Amino acid sequence: MIKNYRFTILRRLTQITILWLFVMGSVYGLTVLRGNYSANRVLGVLTLADPFAVLQILATGKVVATAALSGAIIVLLFYAALGGRVFCGWVCPMSLITGIGNLLRKAFKITFTYNPANDIRYLILILTLFVSVITQVAAFEWISPIGALHRGLIYEVGYGWMIVASVLVFDVFLVNHGFCGHLCPLGGFYSLIGRGNLVKPYYEHDKCTMCMKCLKVCPERQVLGMVGHNSASVKSGECIQCGQCVEVCADNAITFKSRFS
Amino acid sequence: MTDRRQFLGQAGLMVTLGLLWTNYMIGARAEAMILRPPGGLPERSFQQLCLKCGQCVEACPFDTLRLAAIGDGRPAGTPYFVPREMPCKMCKDIPCTVACPSGALSVEAVSTNGKLDINLAKMGLAVVDRNTCVAYWGLQCDACYRVCPLIDKAITLDLFRNERTGKHAFIAPIVDSGHCTGCGLCERACINDKASIFVLPRQAALGKPSDKYLKGWEDTGIDPKPLPAPAKNKKAAGNALDYLNKGF
Repeated sequence: MIKNYRFTILRRLTQITILWLFVMGSVYGLTVLRGNYSANRVLGVLTLADPFAVLQILATGKVVATAALSGAIIVLLFYAALGGRVFCGWVCPMSLITGIGNLLRKAFKITFTYNPANDIRYLILILTLFVSVITQVAAFEWISPIGALHRGLIYEVGYGWMIVASVLVFDVFLVNHGFCGHLCPLGGFYSLIGRGNLVKPYYEHDKCTMCMKCLKVCPERQVLGMVGHNSASVKSGECIQCGQCVEVCADNAITFKSRFS
Repeated sequence: MTDRRQFLGQAGLMVTLGLLWTNYMIGARAEAMILRPPGGLPERSFQQLCLKCGQCVEACPFDTLRLAAIGDGRPAGTPYFVPREMPCKMCKDIPCTVACPSGALSVEAVSTNGKLDINLAKMGLAVVDRNTCVAYWGLQCDACYRVCPLIDKAITLDLFRNERTGKHAFIAPIVDSGHCTGCGLCERACINDKASIFVLPRQAALGKPSDKYLKGWEDTGIDPKPLPAPAKNKKAAGNALDYLNKGF
């Protein structure tokens, strides 16, 4: 049973731990991780920053201080090596909310969904930069549900809960995997930089019995295009490395494999 | 054909989203009446650079700083403080400014020769409402003056005759915008129900003189060019009497 959810359990634990460290840092002054997902300080020495947030600031025509700039480059290199959307699958706190949305969808057996194109997120990514240029402020950072969720947990909630709730409702009632899988420009950004994952799900056609369970659980089904056709690893940067396809496969036809093996 | 329709649909969606989004943003980034931590850049630049990470708020040992929430009329996620509730205590090591990774809070703005100096902070400017300040009524109150960290520089007491009674003096506070840091300790200390001395953002409280006027008695660094000599009139030819009597 646990083996069937090993990655999911690990993933949720990682997300909750990071969120918990941020909360402990703000409320009790624990220095392991201070700040939030936009910019933070690790163990009081290393500054990290969200490369997409910094990119938006650059689009407004300002250059951030060296600390944030170098922090953004470190994060960029980290995810470029590991797979950009590891952030989405393993770090982002909104993943917990949309995860709940997904469970609600299953619990209430909601099958209805609109099907917008997955690549709409790239259009929204371009739009984000465009609006940043026009309004002279980092556009996504001002409406981001990630920031709203984090601030709501630690500081004043204000009406930030409405943004988070709107994502939940959107995911449950309108579009399956709606926000993370279609709209979020940060996910789009990480999809673009994360094509060179060191570890990727690898599909072996010979072992596959075509049960198609992997396609049912995958939040980014388009990345599993080779299932049923030929042996290959996932190539798309849109894979969030959640490992659900590996967990669900009873034939061990999908496994995590190093890029170099 | 389908491709073109799809493209038009998506383009239309993006334009709609873009217009709504821009509209929201322009309203949200409007220059709010908001006080920023020490070393904060001018409001517009501050809004551009701030990463909304909250590390300044975490660094503040007095819980002065807060992070604006969505929908409370301030740019969401940015730090601010409300002096009447908790003023800036002017820490010598300025932990909030030092913690800022983005440069929205500038260490240079609050240091001289590489040494931090909180007295250089320009968070806002204290303004006195003379009609409600009881010191201007003739009562003896100097709460704001006593609490000012730059006493006798940022707030001075002005002594002048009370013409109404003819035998008393007013001892009333005056703020010097050159020294006031906008920490808000005065606003916090004011004895009135609603403070009669309060801190406003500097861009809201300060005037700016026309550059036509120079203080001749101060070294402004500007070399005033001497005015061009008045053009000499050509002397009228002939005698003045002849000119006046011309035509007769």
